Amino acid sequence: MPPRRDIRSILVIGSGPIVIGQGCEFDYSGTQAAKALMAEGYRVILVNSNPATIMTDPEFADATYIEPITPEVVAEVIARERPDALLPTLGGQTALNVSTELARSGILERYGVEMIGAGLQAITKAEDRGKFKETMETVGLEVPRAGYAKSMAEALNIAKDVGYPVMVRPSFILGGRGTGIADTEEELLDIAKDGLATSPVGKILVEESVLGWKEYELEIMRDGVGNAVIVCSIENFDPMGVHTGDSITVAPIQTLSDREYQEMRVDGIKVLQAIGVETGGSNVQFAVDPETGRRLVIEMNPRVSRSSALASKATGFPIAKLAALLAVGYALDEVTNDITGATPASFEPALDYVVVKVPRFDFAKFPSAPTRLGTSMRSVGEAMAIGRTFPEALQKALRSLENGRAGLNADALEDRVISLDHDELAEAVKVPTPDRVFAMGEALRRGWTVDDVAHLSKVDPWFVDQMSEIVEVREELETSTDVAVLLEAKRYGFSDRQIAHLWDREEIDVRKLRSSVGIVRTFKTVDTCAAEFEALTPYMYGTFEEESEVRPSEKPRVLVLGSGPNRIGQGIEFDYCCVHASFALRDAGYETVMINCNPETVSTDYDTSDRLYFEPLTTEDVLAVIDVEKPDAVIVQLGGQTPLNLAEELADAGVVIAGTSPASIALAEDREQFAEICRNLGLKQPPAGSATSAAEADDVVDQIGLPVMVRPSFVLGGRKMKVIYSSEELGTYVREIYGEGDPEVVSNPILIDRFLESAVEIDVDAVFDGHELLVGGVMEHVEEAGIHSGDSSCVTPPPTLSDEASKEILRATRELAAALAVQGLINIQFAVKGDDVYVLEVNPRGSRTVPFISKAKGIPLARIAARVMMGSRIEELRSEGLIPEERGGSEFVAVKEAVLPWDRFPEEDSVLGPEMKSTGEVMGIGSDVGVAYGKALLGAGHVLADRGRVFLSFADRDKPMGLAVAQAFTLLGFDLVATKGTARFLHHHAIEAEAVNKIGEGHRDIGERLENGEVQLVVNTPRGGRARSDGSKIRQSARRHAVPCVTTIQGGLAVARSLRAGPGAINRPRSLQEWHRGR
Amino acid sequence: MREKVPALLATADGTVFRGNSVGGPGVASGEAVFNTSMTGYQEILTDPSYAGQIVVMTYPHIGNYGVVEFDAQSSGPAVSGFIMRSLSRRESSWRSEGSLADYLLRHDVVAVSEVDTRRLTRHIRDRGAMPIAMGSDVSETELIDIAADTPTMAGQDLASSVTTREPYRLDAEGDAQGLVVAIDLGLKREILRNLTGRGFEVVVVPAATDAETILGMSPSGVFVSNGPGDPEPLTATTKSLRDLLGQRPLFGICLGHQVLGLAVGASTFKLPFGHHGGNHPVRRLDDNRVYITTQNHGFAVDLWSLSDDDQPDRGELVGRNLLPEVVETPFGRMRPSHQNLNDGTLEGMVLEEIPAFSVQYHPEGAPGPSDAGGLFDDFVRLMDEAG
Repeated sequence: MPPRRDIRSILVIGSGPIVIGQGCEFDYSGTQAAKALMAEGYRVILVNSNPATIMTDPEFADATYIEPITPEVVAEVIARERPDALLPTLGGQTALNVSTELARSGILERYGVEMIGAGLQAITKAEDRGKFKETMETVGLEVPRAGYAKSMAEALNIAKDVGYPVMVRPSFILGGRGTGIADTEEELLDIAKDGLATSPVGKILVEESVLGWKEYELEIMRDGVGNAVIVCSIENFDPMGVHTGDSITVAPIQTLSDREYQEMRVDGIKVLQAIGVETGGSNVQFAVDPETGRRLVIEMNPRVSRSSALASKATGFPIAKLAALLAVGYALDEVTNDITGATPASFEPALDYVVVKVPRFDFAKFPSAPTRLGTSMRSVGEAMAIGRTFPEALQKALRSLENGRAGLNADALEDRVISLDHDELAEAVKVPTPDRVFAMGEALRRGWTVDDVAHLSKVDPWFVDQMSEIVEVREELETSTDVAVLLEAKRYGFSDRQIAHLWDREEIDVRKLRSSVGIVRTFKTVDTCAAEFEALTPYMYGTFEEESEVRPSEKPRVLVLGSGPNRIGQGIEFDYCCVHASFALRDAGYETVMINCNPETVSTDYDTSDRLYFEPLTTEDVLAVIDVEKPDAVIVQLGGQTPLNLAEELADAGVVIAGTSPASIALAEDREQFAEICRNLGLKQPPAGSATSAAEADDVVDQIGLPVMVRPSFVLGGRKMKVIYSSEELGTYVREIYGEGDPEVVSNPILIDRFLESAVEIDVDAVFDGHELLVGGVMEHVEEAGIHSGDSSCVTPPPTLSDEASKEILRATRELAAALAVQGLINIQFAVKGDDVYVLEVNPRGSRTVPFISKAKGIPLARIAARVMMGSRIEELRSEGLIPEERGGSEFVAVKEAVLPWDRFPEEDSVLGPEMKSTGEVMGIGSDVGVAYGKALLGAGHVLADRGRVFLSFADRDKPMGLAVAQAFTLLGFDLVATKGTARFLHHHAIEAEAVNKIGEGHRDIGERLENGEVQLVVNTPRGGRARSDGSKIRQSARRHAVPCVTTIQGGLAVARSLRAGPGAINRPRSLQEWHRGR
Repeated sequence: MREKVPALLATADGTVFRGNSVGGPGVASGEAVFNTSMTGYQEILTDPSYAGQIVVMTYPHIGNYGVVEFDAQSSGPAVSGFIMRSLSRRESSWRSEGSLADYLLRHDVVAVSEVDTRRLTRHIRDRGAMPIAMGSDVSETELIDIAADTPTMAGQDLASSVTTREPYRLDAEGDAQGLVVAIDLGLKREILRNLTGRGFEVVVVPAATDAETILGMSPSGVFVSNGPGDPEPLTATTKSLRDLLGQRPLFGICLGHQVLGLAVGASTFKLPFGHHGGNHPVRRLDDNRVYITTQNHGFAVDLWSLSDDDQPDRGELVGRNLLPEVVETPFGRMRPSHQNLNDGTLEGMVLEEIPAFSVQYHPEGAPGPSDAGGLFDDFVRLMDEAG
């Protein structure tokens, strides 16, 4: 069938900010889809609030709306753009939910917009557990015995019928939020209450538990004429009971016989037909009883999902692109398989390798949260690895996680499991946690049988036996340094680091030995067809075999190192930069080579770079690629901390690093040397010192004054950073840090900086080519200095910065860039107090704000930087047209707001601080700060009431500034309630607020008021000690009752400003192209 | 070190591969073919169509879920040798009756594991199917000589070595609706299950059984099975089919399809490296539906040999024009019914004036998808219509 020509324009909805359960995989899918549709000549209209995405780059759509993804805003977009069709299946649950609402409310009908891919009926059948069950039963498929409850009493009755343990799942949720397993009636009461509250429709399903069963997934594509193919089959290493996003998963399926697999395949296709998915990709999950083979359908997603991204990268089959093409009427056999270039897409990929995905967790950021994994997803990212065998792929995946592990144990961190006693180890094998796989390896090393470990963990014995082979090879390594053993170890995925650990040698010595005996990596191609046809698209992975398939090339080559698995502090923003570098250098005539191990990304699409190596980002793996590719230069400055950590070792190995040298990067991080540079340039820094004892710390504080920002010198990413207001607090902090008894801690000093209270924090992103400085943008943080810049919202252009301070910031940026010999990107954080400008931090590399500032200013900063890193001058790029013409002051304001994962970590206090905790960000663009901030808040999911009651509770130091907040809300017509202290203070300044009790302090306390819905907004600024714990209770209570909670004065003022702008202005969308043209 | 028995493999063009011996002793030789199925190793091992061939499994892990007698496609392994990347030493499945490792040893299958199977596959893909020899305790040069002396499949009558010596009878499941005579060229058990499961009693007869004998059994229909090697030497079967055409409804699969082609006067040819796997897209030409099919054949029917037109060149994707619309045969008009979407070759044909049709692929799956299982129903319908 030819593509539909009755449709000319298509609305594609993205997934919004990165949150746990909905990561950057939807940037990959949306980008692929938008590209495919534009290539087919359709007009593409895109809505997504997330500026860090490639899909929101203006060239990927005809009209790009960086706007909140709410029904109101999308309805306005529809009214303006009048698309013929809406493609709801590529933006995760967010897009699906908004599309459903638009269809239900009649908006689509009113504007004549057709939903393509999946219609309202199909979505409802798939998403509503009751309807899903009914649909499955009508086509003869078995689902877990279950019933559907709208109240606690109903839930208890159903549980009695199906028998405990039962699983509780709320309807219409993403990432398994609010689901849980109850063994007893008591547990059910707790979980059901939570589930009923979580579900937007107040419905839960109570079903027979399939805990410990084998878990499988099929990724299926279907076209409009009814052809269906299984793109990829996936087996979960962790059995049922652990959310698939938190499970180690393996492709293809390993432990089903052909007969069972074919039955499952038939069932999967039947599910799509029964649900009524017209076209596109869907994911169907099954549970299989390991004792009997009984197979149940668990759920299906009538859309592209996280698993689709994995399946796409695991097979080389571009699921999202196909989903888009099928939606506009192509049949599967009418589309070419890009990888072979000669066969149609109507086939099922054949793999001749094994793919393992391992989730990446960040529990260290949320110390109160239990690490036991369950049905609510909490991983923040994932790494995927490809190997010829499961042991090889597993070890590669584990070392890709960048959590210090070098593979399955046999590394410095294995002491964690070696130190466990028998009972502790048994518990660690039994209970699913991020570390369970290592405990299983240790148990096998201790000689526990495969059956014991399989029985305890419920992991299939086949996987356990494969792991025991790894352990046996390890034992050989412990007793032999034979070349044959070395080769065997490499074939089982052992890293040089593991081998060095076991041999008690240096990693580099192992590498030298290997190369002297010719044990080097071979690279194989991911080709969708197990070598049956020649592959055109070089998508490679490393292994140790007899033949390598890398073809030499004569063109100048640049290697871009990607950013690895997503984690808090390092997300999609860095992938964005890497992708842009690759695009820019391809355009400039280079061949680009990408290394990355994150399957959710655009950088790991096989057509982003000339060659893609899906490999771990370790020195060993990267050097192996460099050996065969022989690039002219390697870019390490755009992928965040991951590639930077490799820079020095790569440089030592003789690799040419593009742009700013690793030495300059290190210089910027060296406190003393950097302080020296600032002194020489006449730049101010906050007074600082360091201490190794409480007494020394007191001395430092005597000199520089309170408050101070403290942190141990050995940790990265703001861990254990804290603002200290009193010497008692300081004492406690020092005792806490040194009390841990870690020798590394004791030998390292605590760094103490004067904390500039009420200072404004400024971020600058710029490119320097050695001669000229190109400022991308200057951003002013909404929260004052002291909140991690990744968690702070920021505004550009800076609203409160004086001309004087502005000038000083530009001077400082230029001089620091020159002093550090920057060639490429530089990011500087300043604190400004009055006209005084202090340098806080310099990062001569790509920063988190590059995509935001690129979109706010219409300057492709990462592309420019990549060219400059390869030696181009800014002047040259300007004449090329890569840098747009200078324009006058911009006529719009852009705000970036962070999105925090508190809903996944209910145990944690939702307070912001120097340690970054956000998972993603949104952007709001408006004609003034109020509108832009309002859009950002809405995009981040904060729905603000425009009338009602505001609860105020200010720390003493915030009270003077708090007056402005109180006044602003009074003017907006809100009633004020406040803690007694705050109320008294306000009364003293002629502002009336009703005084309420703190939680647990008596009659009608604030907790009760929140519960009764009497309060619509909380402004609660915390500070140390007891006040913090009171505040913590209030914040948790607010969160439980979904009342927006602001924890800074500036945040409160900004909220007031956005309320003043009003919902009319906030809901009025305007495309990025219009904003940029309008200047 | 863990115990390993090194093995060598050599192709007829003198290329050497290394691995470890995991099966029976001795040296095996035969034409090397690769199979891209990710599951179904036992069905492949026991498929008589692989007689005379050494099978390279492209999926690395083999043996994961053990072996089950029910899944065997004949009484035991039919391959001349088996090559893998990684043989599982432990299987895991509630269905399993034993490990593949034991099965290979028990049946004396020469098998080699830890081979760079992708390298070998690419070698075959680029240079065409070729003989290979393999074993332990044997030198490279000896193996190369053995491989070079191993005949290719072309011209070999392998079916007569795997066909049943005596006819045998299988009961229908439930009440018998009729009798099907199945000409055994290397018949898979799953095909028999598809016939008996649809209520037919089946008499399996040797490949060279003549038409008179078959018609003497008064069958409702005649089935011609899959099997190994080149169809051309199967002159006796070809003759029987010629005599049977038009007498009783006839259905052929794989080698049976090729012999039907020969019977109606078409010629056959050898494919560069054949189709062996479970993911081959096939288009049903009357409604353009695409089926994912199981395939296992090295030869194909050339319909252009019955046409006056020349075969056109291939475009970007396989088109309908790569096959003639319809051809004339001594048995009336015949049209192609199915086409392979990877290379455009013929996957099925229907005689329009007599009840006879055939497919090149395996609608019974085993291993592989059973999307096209409806073809057995078509056969039943033809038999019902013929009365």
